[in-house]
Amino acid sequence: MTSSRAALASRSSRRRAARFLAAGLLALFTQAAAAHAFLDHASPRVGAVVHSAPSEVKLWFTEKLEPAFSTLRVVDGDGKQVDRKDKQMDPKDPSAMQVSLPPLPPGSYRVYWRALSADTHVTEGDFSFVVAP
Amino acid sequence: MKKQCLTRLQAMGLAACLLAPALASAHGFAGKRFFPATPATDDPFVADELSLPTISQRKLGATDDAPATTERSTSIDFTKRITSDFGVGFGANYLRLAPEGGDVQKGFDNFSANVKYQFYKNDAREAIASVGVDWDIGGSGQSKVGAESFSTWTPAIFVGKGFGDLPDSAKYLRPFAVTGTAGYAIPSRNSTTTFDEDGNASVEQHPDVFKLGFAIEYSLPYLQSFVKDVGLREPFNKMIPLVEFDLQKPVNRGAAPFTGTVNPGLIWAGRTMQFAVEAVIPINNRTGGDTGFLFQVHFFLDDLFPRSLGKPIF
Repeated sequence: MTSSRAALASRSSRRRAARFLAAGLLALFTQAAAAHAFLDHASPRVGAVVHSAPSEVKLWFTEKLEPAFSTLRVVDGDGKQVDRKDKQMDPKDPSAMQVSLPPLPPGSYRVYWRALSADTHVTEGDFSFVVAP
Repeated sequence: MKKQCLTRLQAMGLAACLLAPALASAHGFAGKRFFPATPATDDPFVADELSLPTISQRKLGATDDAPATTERSTSIDFTKRITSDFGVGFGANYLRLAPEGGDVQKGFDNFSANVKYQFYKNDAREAIASVGVDWDIGGSGQSKVGAESFSTWTPAIFVGKGFGDLPDSAKYLRPFAVTGTAGYAIPSRNSTTTFDEDGNASVEQHPDVFKLGFAIEYSLPYLQSFVKDVGLREPFNKMIPLVEFDLQKPVNRGAAPFTGTVNPGLIWAGRTMQFAVEAVIPINNRTGGDTGFLFQVHFFLDDLFPRSLGKPIF
């Protein structure tokens, strides 16, 4: 009898501990606000070879961006900036930014970006794309 | 006058915003490289992170003193940045030992504490390095699960290197990264002498142990974001296949060859947490035992609580 009571008490204490742990994890999840902004996808696609020159480069991130401190530029094979320096956020999607391009001759181009997410974490990166003749 | 005040306030606000990103540099980044937390070997960076839980199970081989035993470990590890480059950590490990033909033993292994200082980071080279000391706190665990009555101090160096600086001709190798740690575990007592009921003494030696751990990982997020969008989507675009090696070698007072495990596995890294699963395979006959498994849930506290628990204290 005593041992069965002890077993019940132990089981009950384990359940309480499990509930406490579950509540803690739930609290962690529900308080999640923002995180590092990773590049989700881009147009032109990362590493793509395109046969017609794109009129803009647009990047979509995994988080909302802070427009003032997020940057985007495109350079040619000589390292010269070729975009129109008119980076702007997508008014309908705060996680996307874009910059327009003049007609680009065939060649290799590199996109450099820096993203500041709402939680003040900074990420940065670059990738290339090729305009084929 | 009012306009001047506003301008000053705006300037202060702008300065605060500019400073904030520097303060918020965070877990496991060197340039565009994100190093995930590896479950079997220590990370080369300091961070605000919580591993809850790490569960591993493996059947250990029989020894002269003990039968083959299935060991299940459930542990929790918490690390906290004091400054952006200096952090402390705490760990607890609950063990369940099931020896063949014997009674199951359960209890806490010794608790551990550690400090780590990140002294080098090169964003362009995706390189990072830290030094630290781990303290296995003697007598804080339960002897029935083998917790030692003495402490062990392990100074160690930790390094991480991504291969994003490889030339275009090797661009598909750029998602590779390696992390590693080398440490030297020094027990606070060289030996323990015990006496049986007839008064005969037996001496157990406690050797210094060289510990070596490293991980080779291939980041699919890196491939997708910086090399070539190959069309991977959720959940595959957040996966990092890896192989970890967790090795140790007693170097004196009973020196012996390396033992350890090789752990092939997979990490899925999300916005605020990651999951890891690995097989745990003994590297040689001397290690013994069967293949086991490891599973970990890991939280990025700097993403979950960027303005409180997840930022450096100073």
